[in-house]
Amino acid sequence: MGALPRKRTLVNGERNPVEAAVPARSPIGNTRDRVLEEIAVHINGDTDIVAARQKGRVLAGTLGFSSSELTLIATAISELARNIVLYAKQGEIVLRVLERGEQRGIMVRAGDQGPGIPDVRRALQGGFSTSRSLGLGLPGVRRLMDEFEIESRVGYGTTVTARKWKR
Amino acid sequence: MEVPILKQGPYLIASIQSALSDADLVQLRDALVEQVGRLRSRGVIVDVTALDVMDSFATRTLRDITFMIRLRGAETVIVGIQPDVAFTMVQLGLKLEGVPTALDLEEGITFLSKKDGSPAKETNSRER
Repeated sequence: MGALPRKRTLVNGERNPVEAAVPARSPIGNTRDRVLEEIAVHINGDTDIVAARQKGRVLAGTLGFSSSELTLIATAISELARNIVLYAKQGEIVLRVLERGEQRGIMVRAGDQGPGIPDVRRALQGGFSTSRSLGLGLPGVRRLMDEFEIESRVGYGTTVTARKWKR
Repeated sequence: MEVPILKQGPYLIASIQSALSDADLVQLRDALVEQVGRLRSRGVIVDVTALDVMDSFATRTLRDITFMIRLRGAETVIVGIQPDVAFTMVQLGLKLEGVPTALDLEEGITFLSKKDGSPAKETNSRER
């Protein structure tokens, strides 16, 4: 357990550096990770939300996650995909099987070219939302996954990357 | 995928069979709110046993259904939330506050019959 990556949050939004866990100019993502498999799901409407989370569950299932972990992962994908539909209309969910040293895990990256999040710090606080949701989308996903990174620029879009490692 | 709604005596039973899109959930909400009046139902059971994900939208829609049905004068109970789903909902902070839940269909019917004062076994004989 001690070797597991600690939960961390990176926010590389130009205007909203929240936690300087890495130098601001370092690329989002982790070059130590080897990509073993990748699936991309185009998100264009609410039925794509279901497709994305089902594909994610199957992919994570190949890693031997427990059934409750699979439910956590599928739910996180659902929340991220819904954010795309609600705020950006369309975007993409990329699912990857990763290897980092001895560990394997799944990465979920939700990317869109929507309006961006003006106040990332607030969006990551529990209970805040600018749209019809419980306001638990992003903080909830951060709680469900081991690693969570968000990059958002107003007018350019948002990319959220989350990873969960097999214990 | 449309959710079948069955009339069982004074109750409506919506039995979700597979993963639902947001539009399906909204359709279910509207159908229940309409039918509870047309069929003069006293209670609604939404069986979510087959749902493998209850995210914030599904949770909010189930809460909306419960409160809308209550405003229409009937009671709703959500049954069949699976252990993994319950675990994830708690992690997400989704509480379903104010929404009655029961283990399964049988417990749901027992809950509703206590609420409206009619014995559970009468549910088959009571029409309209």
